[in-house]
Amino acid sequence: MPAAIKVKNLSKAYQLGQIGTGTLQSDFKRWYAKARGKEDPFLKIGETNDRTVKGTSDIIWSLKDINFEIEQGNAVGIIGRNGAGKSTLLKILSRVTAPTTGIITGNGRIASLLEVGTGFHPELTGKENIYLNGAILGMRKKEIKRKFDAIVDFAGVDRYIDTPVKRYSSGMYVRLAFAVAAYLESEILIVDEVLAVGDAEFQKKCLGKMNDVSKGEGRTVLFVSHNMGAVQQLCSECIYLKNGFISLTGPTKLVIGKYLLSDNNQSSQWIRHDNYFDNEYFTIEKIATVDESLSEKAVFTNNKKIGVRIEGYVKKLNSSVVIGIAIYNQDGHLLFWSTNTDKNTSEWTSLKEKYNKLVMWIPQHFLNEGSYRIECIVAIHFREWIIEPEKNSPIIYFNIEGGLSESPNWLTSRPGLLAPIINYEKLED
Amino acid sequence: MTDYTHHHWEITSERSLFDLKLKDTWEYRDLLWLLVRRDFVSFYKQTILGPLWFFIQPLFTTIIYTFVFGNIAGISTDALPKPLFYMAGITAWNYFSDCITKTSTVFRDNATIFGKVYFPRLIMPLSIVISNLVRFGVQMLLFFLFMGYYALQGAAIHLNIYALLFPLLIFLMAALGLGAGMIISALTTKYRDLAFLVTFGIQLLMYATTVIYPLTSAPVKYKWLIIANPITAIIETFRFGFLGTGSFGWPMLGYSTLLTLVILICGILIFTKVEKNFVDTV
Repeated sequence: MPAAIKVKNLSKAYQLGQIGTGTLQSDFKRWYAKARGKEDPFLKIGETNDRTVKGTSDIIWSLKDINFEIEQGNAVGIIGRNGAGKSTLLKILSRVTAPTTGIITGNGRIASLLEVGTGFHPELTGKENIYLNGAILGMRKKEIKRKFDAIVDFAGVDRYIDTPVKRYSSGMYVRLAFAVAAYLESEILIVDEVLAVGDAEFQKKCLGKMNDVSKGEGRTVLFVSHNMGAVQQLCSECIYLKNGFISLTGPTKLVIGKYLLSDNNQSSQWIRHDNYFDNEYFTIEKIATVDESLSEKAVFTNNKKIGVRIEGYVKKLNSSVVIGIAIYNQDGHLLFWSTNTDKNTSEWTSLKEKYNKLVMWIPQHFLNEGSYRIECIVAIHFREWIIEPEKNSPIIYFNIEGGLSESPNWLTSRPGLLAPIINYEKLED
Repeated sequence: MTDYTHHHWEITSERSLFDLKLKDTWEYRDLLWLLVRRDFVSFYKQTILGPLWFFIQPLFTTIIYTFVFGNIAGISTDALPKPLFYMAGITAWNYFSDCITKTSTVFRDNATIFGKVYFPRLIMPLSIVISNLVRFGVQMLLFFLFMGYYALQGAAIHLNIYALLFPLLIFLMAALGLGAGMIISALTTKYRDLAFLVTFGIQLLMYATTVIYPLTSAPVKYKWLIIANPITAIIETFRFGFLGTGSFGWPMLGYSTLLTLVILICGILIFTKVEKNFVDTV
């Protein structure tokens, strides 16, 4: 099978800081060095794209010496933290920008979807925009004509097709835009995080369509997303980019697991070191996962309960303050919320003034193996959020490995979000 | 499974200076028409007068020029009725100046779309030139109406065989606007300064062109400058062909044609050179 895409020694450098002042001068120096056959004085070798470390030159390597090959008909996910170079890679592949060095060869028409609805004109009707957007994405007019009905059908905008798209709801707009791209007749489809828009139902539909494209029609798909669930569902292989280098390639499950664990931000404890979280009612000082003896731990076996210890300072006691946690699995799905006021009022864990230490226990044999993320909940009941999950909460992580059961039949992990052990009773006749 | 090897491609950092992707551009010709349509349709959507606006602008400019330059300043119009003389100049000049101003901001105006999807970038400036052609066509109608009116009034209008040069004149104006506009657009992606000069420069250029005065009454001292300006020959030929007055000479037109071709080719070369990386700097 021929390779659909073959990337060799690909690098891309960007210039940092202001472009304008001084560029004419440095452009001239660069040109002069080149004219004498010397190397570009502004490109320093060996610098990496790590945003946390301050580099010495103004040039940053967004991608550095990337090599990989994608076989025809594969769906490949590209994962990595923000700024790892994912979007740059897709931009180069879609020919929006050129690489600094390296070469990419491939076979088959490329269609890229870096954004939903590129080139949509608000004044034009849905129909006119389908044609325009289709042509921008590289379709011929007769091709669009042939697929017009299917596109309208997929988008579900039949009634509004002669209405200017500025009157569309944002959902309709996105659906229409994705539909055009979904019906591109290309052999290679490049998709960047477009599923971040639209509701859950639409996302499901898009993923389904992309699945059809790769599995059903044998086309090659390159997919960038932060949604690990979507990547896992769609892609058989993954490329994990880190600071512009390829950290790992391989089967999706393996790469995602490695990505989630190796991320050096994933600590199992968090300690306050600025006044960002200051408030009167409950200022979180520290969060950590602990074992039964209250000592801090990051990896647990599933036959022991897992404690989440929250320490915080109360300046003004308020009986409506609610403290809790939200737990997410490694695909980013929320598993549950839990708070100190979930029981009968008489059983609430009350706070006291000054320093408070709380611990909440996640039962053993409840979650499945995997990595989990904990975010905090602090709120004044029915009035306001102080710490809201996915908004302003500190985050910690923990892992569950092994200890799934005592049974000789259940030694390795099973599918599913949860892994409870449930009683089986025999009923008497 | 289909064999895709016939559709082989390559992406590299270096591209030959003369790789203009003209074949790619031809493949995208449907997009060109759709963009032209978009420009035309979106221009008059939600206006009451619609395409009539195409008429109003040249009409008012003509009236003002007639008043200011014709009546107050008393500049000669080669024995032609003043409104007709100015309208001829304005119609032709407007087409050229629309082409150059719109093309010169093509990278900045389309930065978002260029940053998200690839298509041969040359399509964009081409669509601008063709969209403007629609507008120019409408304004030509107005010009013909004026011509008819003054002919009936008995003005000395001598439509002659040189009017057949009209297609060449359109091509020259389009090519000159396109070429110069593309050179400016390529330079402004990195250094914005030039953008400020363009609007101002075009206004100045108009006074160095025979829009509001005939070449015959141009000051002798500056005549060389006015003739060196390639648009002068275009506008003079235009007037000569349709109205029968003006200075027409094959050497002058030949010089304009040659210079236009040089500017057009330079424009395309520079444009395609800048196109591949401009997203990083714009």
